[in-house]
Amino acid sequence: MKAWTTIVAIAGLTVVSVVTRGFFMIPDREVPIPAWLREALRYAPLAALVAVLLPEIAMTGDHLIATWKDARIYATAVAILVFVASRSLLGTILAGTAVLLALRLSLGW
Amino acid sequence: MTTPTPLWRHPEFAVGARETRDVALGIGAWGLVAGIAMSKAGLGPVFAVAMSLFVFAGSAQLAALPLMVQGAPLWVIWATAFCVNLRFIIFSAGWRPYFESLSRTKRLFLAYFTVDFTYIAFMRRFPRPGDVRAQMAYVAGNVAVSWVAWQSMTVLGVLLADVIPERWGLGFAGSLALLGITASLLADRATWIAAAVAACAALAAFALPFHLNVVVAIAAAMAVGVLIDHFSLPRTAVSEEDAA
Repeated sequence: MKAWTTIVAIAGLTVVSVVTRGFFMIPDREVPIPAWLREALRYAPLAALVAVLLPEIAMTGDHLIATWKDARIYATAVAILVFVASRSLLGTILAGTAVLLALRLSLGW
Repeated sequence: MTTPTPLWRHPEFAVGARETRDVALGIGAWGLVAGIAMSKAGLGPVFAVAMSLFVFAGSAQLAALPLMVQGAPLWVIWATAFCVNLRFIIFSAGWRPYFESLSRTKRLFLAYFTVDFTYIAFMRRFPRPGDVRAQMAYVAGNVAVSWVAWQSMTVLGVLLADVIPERWGLGFAGSLALLGITASLLADRATWIAAAVAACAALAAFALPFHLNVVVAIAAAMAVGVLIDHFSLPRTAVSEEDAA
């Protein structure tokens, strides 16, 4: 891809970021959103999180983890325990990453 | 007219910044991995950094990159990023009632900087629309920390791409941040069920292109969430009548 095409591509992608994130913020007049939809929107962030998270922690390629020798299983388990015990996000991240690195570097899982 | 206090002096700015600080490690780890991936895709360090600075959307960038390197038509590149970003359109419907009183320029400026975590943390802090200055200050505090964490680590990732071994799996720290945020949102039976439905839908629709399974999962969880709300509401009303 030529340099100027890359610049145009990046400029366009920036516009895509603005338009998608601000989609319903664009019109000046009030956008009628029915009450049931407003209620339903409460579940959108949780669902998006779960859908993005799932392949990262529980999948290899296009299927669920099929072996016990995957460091992510233990890192995730420890992270959940730490979160339940402490409700600390930072602690959760640190504990899980520590388990992952330990298993990857020592056992190669 | 008195000059309003700058947003960063508003107490909500500190609240937004503090809450984001706790996940900044995860955001940073992801930025690092995205930077490494962008550098390895063959776009060159200057464009990789420029892309991160302007586009500011990790998953859309990573989806668009291989297409750019292959020289795909521009509209294909933009359409791909649009599809990956579809969830933001759904989020923006939720933003609208909070920031309706601002000018369009301000609304769009604010929306551009709001990544997933900004939206999630914001909705937890402000379940109902209220004082617009406080809401803006919270978003500004949140964005200030997440933008710096993401961008600085992306640049670092682009620069250190050949030094950091991939098998360390540092990106997992970003997933753990998501895991913690997800866990903090599981408050009652309805949210647990919605999360389970989202997980099943995301798995079932995994073969769809452009991460469209995320959109399918959102739609499924919203539908189930509304059903639960509607079926449990009358029961509460009845029990209240009984009590009376």
